Amino acid sequence: MRRPGRDNVQSQKAITRRGLIIAGAQALFMGGLALRMRYMQVDQADEFRLLADENRISIRLLPPARGRIFDRNGEMVAENVPSYRITIVPEEAGDVDDVIARLARLVELNPEELERAQRDLKEARGDTAVTVADRVSWDDISRVAVNTPALPGVAPEVGLSRRYPHGGDYAHIVGYVGPFADRDRERLDAPEQLLRIPRFQVGKFGIEAAHENQLRGKAGTKRVEVNVRGHVMRELERQEGQPGTDVQLTLDSGLQSYVTARLAGESAAATVMDCETGDIVACVSSPSFDPNLFVRGISVPDYRELLDNKYRPLPNKAVQGIYPPGSTFKMVTALAALEAGTVDPEETVYCPGHLEVASRRFHCWKRAGHGNVDLHRSLRESCDVYYYELALRTGIENISAMAKRLGLGIKHDLPLTSVATGLTPTKEWKRRVRDAEWVIGDSVNAAIGQGDVLASPLQLAVMTARLATGRSVTPRVIKSIDGVESPTGHGEDLGLNENNLRRIRQAMYAVSNNRRGTAYGSRIIEDAFRMAGKTGTSQVRSAVVDNNAVPWEQRDHALFVNFAPFDAPKYAISVVVEHGGGGSKAAAPIARDITLQALYGEDPPLAAYPAKDRGRIRSQQEELRRVRTRPDGDGSDRA
Amino acid sequence: MSYLEYTVKTTPTGLRKVLYLNWPLAILLTAVASVGFLMLYSVSGGSFSPWAEPQMKRYALGFAVMFIIGLVPIWFWRNMAGVAYGLSILLLLVVEFFGTSAGGSQRWIDLGFMRLQPSELMKISLVLFLAAYYDWLPLKKKSHPLWVLIPVLIILLPAGLVFAQPDLGTALLLIFAGATMMFFAGVHWAYFAVVISMGVGLVVAVFQSRGASWQILKDYQYDRLDIFLDPSSDPLDTGYHITQSKIALGSGGWTGKGFMQGTQSRLNFLPEKHTDFIFTTLAEEFGFVGGFSLLLLYALILLFCISTALANRDRFSSLMTLGIATTFFLFFAVNMSMVMGMAPVVGVPLPLVSYGGSAMLILMLGFGFVQSAHIHKPR
Repeated sequence: MRRPGRDNVQSQKAITRRGLIIAGAQALFMGGLALRMRYMQVDQADEFRLLADENRISIRLLPPARGRIFDRNGEMVAENVPSYRITIVPEEAGDVDDVIARLARLVELNPEELERAQRDLKEARGDTAVTVADRVSWDDISRVAVNTPALPGVAPEVGLSRRYPHGGDYAHIVGYVGPFADRDRERLDAPEQLLRIPRFQVGKFGIEAAHENQLRGKAGTKRVEVNVRGHVMRELERQEGQPGTDVQLTLDSGLQSYVTARLAGESAAATVMDCETGDIVACVSSPSFDPNLFVRGISVPDYRELLDNKYRPLPNKAVQGIYPPGSTFKMVTALAALEAGTVDPEETVYCPGHLEVASRRFHCWKRAGHGNVDLHRSLRESCDVYYYELALRTGIENISAMAKRLGLGIKHDLPLTSVATGLTPTKEWKRRVRDAEWVIGDSVNAAIGQGDVLASPLQLAVMTARLATGRSVTPRVIKSIDGVESPTGHGEDLGLNENNLRRIRQAMYAVSNNRRGTAYGSRIIEDAFRMAGKTGTSQVRSAVVDNNAVPWEQRDHALFVNFAPFDAPKYAISVVVEHGGGGSKAAAPIARDITLQALYGEDPPLAAYPAKDRGRIRSQQEELRRVRTRPDGDGSDRA
Repeated sequence: MSYLEYTVKTTPTGLRKVLYLNWPLAILLTAVASVGFLMLYSVSGGSFSPWAEPQMKRYALGFAVMFIIGLVPIWFWRNMAGVAYGLSILLLLVVEFFGTSAGGSQRWIDLGFMRLQPSELMKISLVLFLAAYYDWLPLKKKSHPLWVLIPVLIILLPAGLVFAQPDLGTALLLIFAGATMMFFAGVHWAYFAVVISMGVGLVVAVFQSRGASWQILKDYQYDRLDIFLDPSSDPLDTGYHITQSKIALGSGGWTGKGFMQGTQSRLNFLPEKHTDFIFTTLAEEFGFVGGFSLLLLYALILLFCISTALANRDRFSSLMTLGIATTFFLFFAVNMSMVMGMAPVVGVPLPLVSYGGSAMLILMLGFGFVQSAHIHKPR
């Protein structure tokens, strides 16, 4: 026997005692665990619950659909199309380069887009999605979707993207949107959060920029549950945003496209204004550009090409461009003189081809002189000397005041980019800006729309409309917003003497319809649609040399303003062809073609043209029909 | 009179042994394991694969192991204790030289069908061997320095090998379990006082040696210590485990978010949600009620083990059962402390609940010895 009984009993006693001690210690420890558990799960539960929700709930923005833009007939000018893009979240991707390499094996990645993405990846926070490929086809998207397990952090996304089905036709009016950039920040009073959506598109130019606040809409939000890698597991709550407001323009797509095509190849601008309502039915700056290039951020070579083009496609010449109005300003001088009573319409002024003022010789464009010129003839044949004389009699203050009444030298309130004020000089202006005294020669120059006078094609159209109607017609480009009609620009009576106006209009009629008129070559022979106009040629250089003998940049600007039909003015039109040479040769034919197109609402019958032009016009019409922009199809895929 | 004599007459034989099994203990173990199945089912998103089903099979195997071991007389196991200890030491040496390297430490032998962790096996072997030692040692020698030194070496040899793997957590568990065994056996208080002060000294040394040429722990172990002391210092890396674990656990509240509604675990914010951190999922989905219930089950298991140990007049059985109970206690106490942010992340599974075959089999093996002691106790 190994163990005496007593030994065993003793041993058992010791074991029992110590076993109970340890058991007690264990019980104490477990009590501690239970207390700790209770403390965390009951006392601190709310705190931890909050942390848990922060972990799992992520609030995602739902970008609103941007308001659409229609033309006056309801044709779509700016729309939203579904756009598929591939994004990558660097934090989830881990080795970004490796993931992109794998992605490149599945879909074709545009090298330039990729370069931009890599730049974005460097700047972006680790948890923001960066677009790697934009405008991806549905096939590519599905291929990526199927392979997501092998592409951590990569997500195919469907969004809405802006699209301009009319291409360049509306580039300068509607403008374009582009990805939000930091420099847009101060311009926009946008809710900060929306702009954090990668590549969120905001208006950059034209109506898109001016009506950004209405067009953008309000962001919705959704609360989603995400897993530890940021993948959305399910949607918890959704609050729909508010889509942007639709905007309807006063412009007419048919005419707009015609004018764009008609001006193609020139550096030019044209504006067609409805005399009744002030509606701008066409407003084109040529050459144009494709606004769709800007939507996702324009590529450097594309932008460089636009910048380097000497015809300057980017600015809206019709609204931003200011030119000496040249002889188109003569109506202003004439009307100012008539209203001031400084000239009698029947009175003649002798034009020997020049006028000496303050020992300076001011030439008439016709060196041989016009002889005896009355008001009617002075406009019809655009005699300069007659207006030198009127300037001396009437004074710059009267002329400038009249110019302002007719819509020059004032900034028309249009939701377009950089609407130019132009310039109608006064003595006070010269003192203030040039720090020099007004001299009589300044008045003489201003009287024929040279010197300091500057006006945009838009202002010239307004001037023409006011001359045609006697009302202060004001331009508008927005017909309605969200179905609410904007006030028209019909305007009040200007309080001008109707007789004086009639004389001016008749003289303008003669410009286009009298055999001796400067624009007789570009007349309309359809009696119902006869037009009244005025040519202008504004000097770019001081020396008088033949236009054909100098380089393009030094040639004169060609201008033409007109309204039609003469009896019941419907449209006022202005055309400026930069460095086009003479107004009668370069601008008037364009204005005539546009007028007919506007009045007929389609290609006019050849019978409206003088017989000798018809052959040329027919081929021109065919050519234009061929090149005019047709709104393209749905175009949702990779362009 | 032989040792066997007083038992032979009253010890059940043959299939009658089944009736003498400690059935309450077996049922409690199954209940705890079932909690495990439930949670594994939940963390895999309501699916038996990939975790719940293999776990159930392993438990069935473990239960069979416990059953078979329980039917074998306890004196056979006592006689095998030395062999078990020797074998475990051998396996630790094998692992030291031929083990598969994983996570910077060599811990297991790949047997093909399972990965055997000799350190796990050692937890049981050490208990058996120490129980056998004190069963053999005459009572009056138990506090004699020489006879104290021997069990200390018995403990430190495997602890040193495990520490060299390196697996600080398990090494400390071995030392702690061994020391508790010595305490049960009645070694004089003074020795424990000395050891505890040495332990404090070691902790100081560990921190003092940091960065010095004689640095005791590996860098990542220091990092874990740092993060244990201040989890927020590294919320995205190692401290992430503790922070996320606390968030999930705390957000459970009184009654939890409901079965399979635990957002933190389902959304993968919880690391190791099916292994070391499975208690968090339980606490998140069933709240304080759920967590406390599991703690209660564990307490009952301990209670049944301790009561059968104290009722057992056989010294080996008594010590061994207390030792197994202590090992079991250390498992869940360390694991729970860890997920509640009260202990560093040391990689100790929640016993019978965490997914993993090795730990579960070893534990069931241990409970097999407890059952054997219970069935074959002197009556």
